[in-house]
Amino acid sequence: MPAVKSLEELRKLREEAIQKRNARTTSGDIQITVAMGTCGIAAGARETMRAVLDEIEANNLAGVVVKQTGCIGLCELEPIIMVEAGGNPKVTYGKVNVERARQIMKEHVMGGRVVSEYVVQSA
Amino acid sequence: MRELALHLLDIAENSVSAQARRVEIGVEEDLRRDRLRLWVRDDGRGMDEDMVTRVTDPFVTSRTTRKVGLGIPLLKAAAEGCNGHLRIHSAAGRGTCLEAEFQRSHIDRMPLGDLAGTLYTLVVGWPDVRWVLRYSVGESTFEFDSEPIKQELGDVPLTEPAVLAFIRESLQQGIAEVQNTELRTQNSELATRNPKSGIQNAVRC
Repeated sequence: MPAVKSLEELRKLREEAIQKRNARTTSGDIQITVAMGTCGIAAGARETMRAVLDEIEANNLAGVVVKQTGCIGLCELEPIIMVEAGGNPKVTYGKVNVERARQIMKEHVMGGRVVSEYVVQSA
Repeated sequence: MRELALHLLDIAENSVSAQARRVEIGVEEDLRRDRLRLWVRDDGRGMDEDMVTRVTDPFVTSRTTRKVGLGIPLLKAAAEGCNGHLRIHSAAGRGTCLEAEFQRSHIDRMPLGDLAGTLYTLVVGWPDVRWVLRYSVGESTFEFDSEPIKQELGDVPLTEPAVLAFIRESLQQGIAEVQNTELRTQNSELATRNPKSGIQNAVRC
């Protein structure tokens, strides 16, 4: 039976996370939604999601929520992700490959600047 | 789709659309019988007999009737092209189990691909669903269940950076270990294998 990472380890992570959260200033939380319909998956949405999560991990970003949704009817623009930062309106990005996902994480999620060249109009 | 793991992701998304609370994803590589079997079993709202027949047919299924499209027909064609089949067991209100089987060594069989990446995406992306993975190659097995992790975390979200790392590494290590263990066994026992010790075939649709 292969070794499984221990829940003990997880307990420590949980305590650290709670401490960190208490120390954090109240900047608005960020929600990222990745479209994961058949069209999105075929276009590479799993790798896009992975890039988003990797950036969260690598940059130690707290307060970012990542969710999924199904096909939103813009199959030709997949992979699609939506970013809602603080109280600002939702921004929809199209053709988000791994590279673009990383850029959006750096500029929009961390830097607060919408990456207008990848924004899908009238979504 | 270029990987079986991407098909699993696609099928599992159907389970989420069907309001499943618990989804089990299984991959069984049976080396003796040269078969590779995948299944996705959920406790969602299920389908009646008529719908079960229709979801495997891309020309009858329409997106307006239900959220099913090309995903299942593509997997069915892939399995049937590899001396395999696809079956769906379902009843309204009683969940669905989709099973696809391939000849493991078939030249056209897609690689399994990034199974860890598929589970990681599902576990983090649908945190309200309980995700269970059973993966076996030959006699070595890895099981993953998202429930104990979530219970341990309480109100700490799965997208906490350290938690992401924990889940990602658990999946990657567990899956890699199954694959490596079986390879080692194959090499050392090549000639002396006991044909009687069959795999206990626990889960079936």
